[in-house]
Amino acid sequence: MEFFGPVLDGFNVVLDPTNLLYCLLGVAVGMLIGVLPGLGPAATIAILLPMTYGVEPVTAIIMLAGIFYGAQYGGTITSVLLRLPGEASSVVTVFDGYVMAKQGRAGAALGIAAIGSFIGATISIIGLTFLAPLVARFALDFGPPEYTALAMLGILLVATISGGTKIKAIIAAAVGLFLATIGRDGFTGAERFTFGNLSLADGIDFVPIAMGLFGVGEILYNLEERHRAATAPVKVSNVWPKGKDIKEASGAIGRGSVLGFFLGILPGGGATIASLASYATEKKTAKDPSRFGKGAIEGVAGPESANNAAATSSFIPLLTLGIPANATMAIIFGALLIQGVTPGPQLINNDPQLFWGVVNSMYIGNILLLIMSIPLIGIFVRILRVRAAILAPITALITMLGAYTIRNSMFDVLLVVFFGAIGYLMKKFGFEPGPLVLAFVLGSLLESNLRRSLLVLEGDPMGFFTRPISATLLVLFIVVAVWPIVKGVIDKRKNSSLAASVAEEKLKENA
Amino acid sequence: MDAKHARHSAEDKAVEAKTDQSIEPEEALTPEELAAQWEAESPEPAGPIANLVSSLVVLGLGIVGMVLSVGLGLGSPAEPAAGMWPFIISLIASVMAIAQIIVGRRGGKDGEKFSALSWYAAIGFGTLLLMVVLMPLIGFEIPSLLLCFVWMRWLGGERWRSATIYSILIVLAFYAIFIAALGTTIPRLF
Repeated sequence: MEFFGPVLDGFNVVLDPTNLLYCLLGVAVGMLIGVLPGLGPAATIAILLPMTYGVEPVTAIIMLAGIFYGAQYGGTITSVLLRLPGEASSVVTVFDGYVMAKQGRAGAALGIAAIGSFIGATISIIGLTFLAPLVARFALDFGPPEYTALAMLGILLVATISGGTKIKAIIAAAVGLFLATIGRDGFTGAERFTFGNLSLADGIDFVPIAMGLFGVGEILYNLEERHRAATAPVKVSNVWPKGKDIKEASGAIGRGSVLGFFLGILPGGGATIASLASYATEKKTAKDPSRFGKGAIEGVAGPESANNAAATSSFIPLLTLGIPANATMAIIFGALLIQGVTPGPQLINNDPQLFWGVVNSMYIGNILLLIMSIPLIGIFVRILRVRAAILAPITALITMLGAYTIRNSMFDVLLVVFFGAIGYLMKKFGFEPGPLVLAFVLGSLLESNLRRSLLVLEGDPMGFFTRPISATLLVLFIVVAVWPIVKGVIDKRKNSSLAASVAEEKLKENA
Repeated sequence: MDAKHARHSAEDKAVEAKTDQSIEPEEALTPEELAAQWEAESPEPAGPIANLVSSLVVLGLGIVGMVLSVGLGLGSPAEPAAGMWPFIISLIASVMAIAQIIVGRRGGKDGEKFSALSWYAAIGFGTLLLMVVLMPLIGFEIPSLLLCFVWMRWLGGERWRSATIYSILIVLAFYAIFIAALGTTIPRLF
C-alpha cells in the first residue's frame, strides 16, 4: 500500500477535468499535426510548445505527453496511406502497411497499429510504474561525478546512434553545449559570449532553439522536398481489423511490446531500434517469412507495438535520472525545466503528484488515442488530401505566432527564424539537429556538475575513476567512443579483402 | 466525392508533372525494392566541397570559441574559471572538424546537394524574415496574408484563385483563434 498510495493519487490528478481535457487536446492536436508528412514527433512537440505556457506544470506535461504519442500515431498513418514514414521509427511499418493499404486493407493496418500501440504503451506504462522507483532510488546516491559521467554518456549515445556521420553528430552536440554556455556564468558571474547584448544575458532560451531547429527547419526543408512526394492517399474502408487479423497479430504485439519496453530504456533512438528489431524478430519467427513485404499484418503490428512501448519507456531515464534518451525527450525535458520542474531522482519523492499524474495520464492518453483513432481516420485521410502547398503556410504561421506568444517578444520570433535557417542548413550539410538540442538542454547540468566534481576531486580528472558508478559510466563512454573507430578498421579490412577477391575473380574471368 | 477526389488527384498529378518532370515509377513492393527505390529517389549527397566548407566553418567557429574562452580566463583544473568549459568544447569541435575534413574528403553519403528547388527554401526563409520585420510595424495580418500567398502561389504551385481564397481564409482563422478567442497580444492592425 505504501507503494501504491501515490500511484493511486496520481489517478486523481489525471481524472481532474482540466487535465483530462488537456490530455484529449494533446492527443488530438498531436495526431493532427503529426499526420502532416515530414513533421515527426520532435517537430510537432517543438511547434506546439507555446501551448503549454500559462497552464499548471502537471497539465502541461500531460498535454505534451499526449502530443507525443498522438504524433507517434500520426506518423503511422502517413506510413500506411502515403508510404511516407513520419519519423524513423515507423519506417518499417511502410513495408507491410502500404502493401496492405494497396490491397484494400488500409483500415485493418491502421486499426491493428492503433491496438498494438495501445497494448505496447500500456505494458510499458506498467513496467515503468515498477521500474522507475527502483531506478530513482538507485540514482539518489549520485553525486556530481556520476551526473557528469551520465550526461556525457547520454549525449554521446544519442550522437552515435543517430543517423548520419558520427563525427558530425558529435560536432552538433559540441555546438549545443557551446550555445548552452552563452549568458551569465553561474559560478563566477562572468558574462560569456553575450557581446553586451541584453537579450543574451540570461542565455538563449530553449524554446526558440527547439522550435527553430525542429519546426521551422523542417518546414523550410519540406518547401524544397515536398515535390517529390505527391501520391494521393489510398482509400480507407472497414477500419476495424477482422478477428483473423487480430489473432494473427496478437503474438507480434506481445513480443513487440516487451522488446520495445527494454530497448526504449536505453538512450539513443530507442523507438527506432525497437521497431527494426521487432520487424526482424517477426520475420525470423514467422512460419512463412516470404509473406513479409507482401502485406503481413505482423509486420505492422510488431513494430508499431514496439515503437510505442519504447517511446513510453524512454520516459524512465528522463523522469528518474533527468537524462533525456532522445531528441523528443530532450524537448519534453526543456518544457519541464520551463515549468520549474527539474526531472531527476528526487522528482518521484518531492513531487509524487506530478510524477504519477504524468505516468498515469499515459493510460488515459492511450485509451483516448485508441478511441479516437478509429472514428477520426476519415478526418486524417481528408487532411492528407489537402495539398501540402496549403498546409505549409499554416504550420509556418502557427510556429511564428506561437513563438511570439511565449514572451510577447519579437526577438524570440527572430531567433526561431534564425535557428530555422541553421536547422535547414544542418540538414543539407549532413548534421543532425537532435544531438544539438539534447546537448543544449543538458549543457548547463553537465558543466555545473563537471565543475563541482573538479572542486570535490581537487582538480584530478582521474578521481572520476575512483568512484565505482562514475568509473563504470566513463568506461562505457570510452567504449562507445572508440567502438566506431575499431569497427571502421574491421570493416575496411573486410571491404579490402572483398575488393581483392572481386578483383581476383575478374582477373580469372579475363584469363 | 469520388469525382471530386479524382479531380483533385488529377490536379496533383499535373502539379507534380510540372514541377518534377517525373512520372511515378512502377510500385516497389518488397522492402528491398522499396529501400533501393528510396536510395534512388533520395537527393545526391552534399559532396566533398560541402564537407570541406562545413568543416571549415566549424573549425573557424571552434577557433573563435577557443580565443574568446581564453579571454574569459581558463583557471586551473582544481579551480576552473568561466572560460574552461567553453574552451574544452571548442577544442573538441575543432578536433572533430579536422577529423571530418580528412574522413569526408571524398564526400561521403551524408547531406544533400543544393538544387534549383533549394531557392524555395531560401525564398521561404526570406518571407519569414520579412514577417519578423513587418509584424511590429503593421501588425500580423498583412504580412501573414503575403506569406500565405507567396508560399501557395509561387512555392506551392497553387492557382491565383485558390491561393487568394485560401490565404484570406487562413488569416481570418488565425485572427479568430489568436486574437478573438485566445486574446493574445500579437501586434495587429485591426
